[in-house]
Amino acid sequence: MKWLLIGIIIAATCVGEVLQAIGMRRHGEIADFRPCALGRAASTLARNWIVIASVVAMGISFFAFIGLLSFTDLSFAVPVTAVTYVFETVLAKYVLKERVNWLRWVGAGVVLSGVVLVSL
Amino acid sequence: MTSESARLRSKTWACSAVVVLANVFGDFSLKRGMPAELPTPLSYITVLFRPWVALGVTLLVLWLLSRMTLLSWADLSYVLPVTSISYVLVAFAGRWWLNEQITPQRWVGILLIVAGVALVGGGSAPQTFGPQSGERS
Repeated sequence: MKWLLIGIIIAATCVGEVLQAIGMRRHGEIADFRPCALGRAASTLARNWIVIASVVAMGISFFAFIGLLSFTDLSFAVPVTAVTYVFETVLAKYVLKERVNWLRWVGAGVVLSGVVLVSL
Repeated sequence: MTSESARLRSKTWACSAVVVLANVFGDFSLKRGMPAELPTPLSYITVLFRPWVALGVTLLVLWLLSRMTLLSWADLSYVLPVTSISYVLVAFAGRWWLNEQITPQRWVGILLIVAGVALVGGGSAPQTFGPQSGERS
């Protein structure tokens, strides 16, 4: 049950975050922080299906997370879900076409080793 | 150009601070209000009405919105390392306020995660794509 929930969290978070990055990038930089301008940005984003899909994925991830949190320590549940960084780095390169240098790959490997230590 | 990059820098740091604090206190509040088990699907919904859980959800909504705002100008691969300090702060919250026992091995794991996340964004600029045109630089 524990590892099933962790699997759901990882998959849903990765899908959600990549969709969120695509959706926000398509929207463009938010530069105006006055309340009415933020409201306009929110209403534009609420009609952006990529942003909606990302929120749905984040919702799935959230419910799996509270399920996990109910029977594990906070200091286990939060770090173990950091393994998403490894998958997100791969997705940042191949889906978002961000430039990922070797340092970032080393970093993803170090994150993975940290997650293994936390979960042992 | 200098004042433009200074503006972007301070905006990025302010937004990052909100992202981190909302994440840490959101996760802490969730755990604080969570019962020992969620036996039925319905209990996943009813638990949301507990005060601590409701506060946690509110803070995580703030986390999501502030993070989306940050991502509108900053790369995901920049946002990830900067907000990774949350892992250490969450561990301290668990240790101090929830009396969780954290083994030395787990501390090392948490520090490796933060170090790794810092490397993922090592030396990168706040953004690698043009804010107006969306073109890659």
